Amino acid sequence: MTKQVMLAVKELRKTIRGKEIIKGISFELHEGEVFGFLGPNGAGKTTTIRMLVGLIRPTSGTVAICGYDLHRQFTDAIRQIGCIVENPEMYPYLTGWENLEHFARMMPGIGADRIMEVAKLVGLEQRIHDRVSTYSLGMRQRLGIAQALLGKPKVLILDEPTNGLDPAGIREMRAFIRFLAETEGLSVLVSSHLLSEIQLMCDRVAIMAKGRLLTVDTVERLLKKQARVDWKAAPIDKARALLAEETEVLRTDEETVVTPYEPDKLAGWNAKLVQAGVLVSKIESRLPTLEDLFIELTGGETIE
Amino acid sequence: MSKLVYNEMLKIVRKKRLWVIAAIIAVLVALFTYAQYRETEELRKRLGTTDWRTQLQQQIVDLQNRLQSPSMSEEWRKYLQIRLKQQQYYLEHNINPSAPGAPTFMRTFIENAIDLFLPLLVMVVAADLVSSEASAGTIKLLLVRPVKRWKILLSKYIALLLSVSLIMLMAAVLSYAISGVVFGYGGFRLPLLTGFVPQGEELNTENVHIIPQWKYILIELGLAAFVSVVVGTLTFMLSVLLRSTAAVMGIMLAALISGAILSNMVSSWHSAKYLFMVNLRLTDYMRGTAPPIEGMTLGFSMSVLAVWGLVGLFVAFLVFTRRDIY
Repeated sequence: MTKQVMLAVKELRKTIRGKEIIKGISFELHEGEVFGFLGPNGAGKTTTIRMLVGLIRPTSGTVAICGYDLHRQFTDAIRQIGCIVENPEMYPYLTGWENLEHFARMMPGIGADRIMEVAKLVGLEQRIHDRVSTYSLGMRQRLGIAQALLGKPKVLILDEPTNGLDPAGIREMRAFIRFLAETEGLSVLVSSHLLSEIQLMCDRVAIMAKGRLLTVDTVERLLKKQARVDWKAAPIDKARALLAEETEVLRTDEETVVTPYEPDKLAGWNAKLVQAGVLVSKIESRLPTLEDLFIELTGGETIE
Repeated sequence: MSKLVYNEMLKIVRKKRLWVIAAIIAVLVALFTYAQYRETEELRKRLGTTDWRTQLQQQIVDLQNRLQSPSMSEEWRKYLQIRLKQQQYYLEHNINPSAPGAPTFMRTFIENAIDLFLPLLVMVVAADLVSSEASAGTIKLLLVRPVKRWKILLSKYIALLLSVSLIMLMAAVLSYAISGVVFGYGGFRLPLLTGFVPQGEELNTENVHIIPQWKYILIELGLAAFVSVVVGTLTFMLSVLLRSTAAVMGIMLAALISGAILSNMVSSWHSAKYLFMVNLRLTDYMRGTAPPIEGMTLGFSMSVLAVWGLVGLFVAFLVFTRRDIY
């Protein structure tokens, strides 16, 4: 089944003072999906997102939103997008309502009824007439979502939407993003440096490092492709040497060796270890976390 | 477009900038009124009479005495001689140059405020118009709307022009209303002389003519508004270029103050007349005081200011529409 492409990015590049920050990024965002943008701080996520919403002009490459070219048809293209770039900074000396009204005046055909609608949608209708300076961070975040939804966008772009929220807030935000995609049919692009987050709410994920996309795939497939086994054994060095003779050792730390998961060979490897006098205390097969993938894809670079 | 301008005016009003400015004007006008009142009292005591002719004669004698002092710079002597001739002209034609009354106070207030005080008030509004959005990060939410960037900047500039008009109105109304309590509200029809043209050491009185004070005040208000718009535009440009409102204020203040200082010492540095800050005292041309550099005229100063303003506006739009927002 082919879904409609809402956002198409082709060969996007950005050079700042002779240094190439974004080195040719291409991907597509489909209708009704939550797309994760994962990478460590400094990978170029925010720069890329700013190019998607027209805050930064790309050195080369194109961005098309619902078929409109972002640079040649700016107003038509940007009308399809709602976004929060980093923190949703509002005018603290205005009320939440006035902030929304302020942005509504910049978009055609958005009236008081729509403002109330989005305020209700994000659960802010009780405090909407209070000044933003009295809001908590979580409420500001919700007001940020409200302004992003104001213009009835087809694509929602959220840069680190759970930044600074408490665990309950993070869970709520995750549920809300899934709700927007599933019930309202929005396509959502979410960036994050937190693996767990992307894993839990995204359909597809792009992994980014040093200005490049390393891979783009469904979360499910990425994880399944690379199931692995943790071996807890002592002495660890001997265990690693023996396992390395049989298979690829993906990773080792003080007490664990990580190898690929090959169900029919596992018992044989274990027997070999035991015969050599290695004490095996745990053999656990598991799906990799995105952290595993990330480390493998970037060749050992860790996140943060 | 009107909606965008409404947005910008809303932000200026809600930041309470205009109230602060009104309060500053009110306090200072009250201060100046009191000072002016004390001065007239002092003069009256010294002369034992309130007759302005005696006062004027006294001033002329003062000037003549000072002119006899040998240790005086050539420039200062030149200036005093011009003042002397001007005052003698008033005396001969039986015209009181400083008849007390709220309109007269208003006129002197504008003349004294044109190069520093009024531009300063305009700066209070203009300095953070763009820079505050950049430093607070709200610029990101502003620029991801279906509105072209130049329209957003234009709406801000129009809001600035509206604010300048409001500030001029507040300055005029408040200085008239407050000083009138002490000096009385009459005197709009007082005849004033204008058209003095300083030519070297001579004061060319060829084109001197009489206009009623209200007309004189209107012209001066117009000149002050022109200066305010130009200073506002330059501040606006800096506000686009810099993220820090404090830096914008600092640079503009330094420029204005250096202008006040330079005016007193650039008579032999001729190319300094192309700097905008030595051209701010437009009302001096009305009174016929010698310009800081020989050869400067009202037309010249206004042209210099206009060029600075237009270049500033051009740079502001050029940078704003092309800049990457991080």
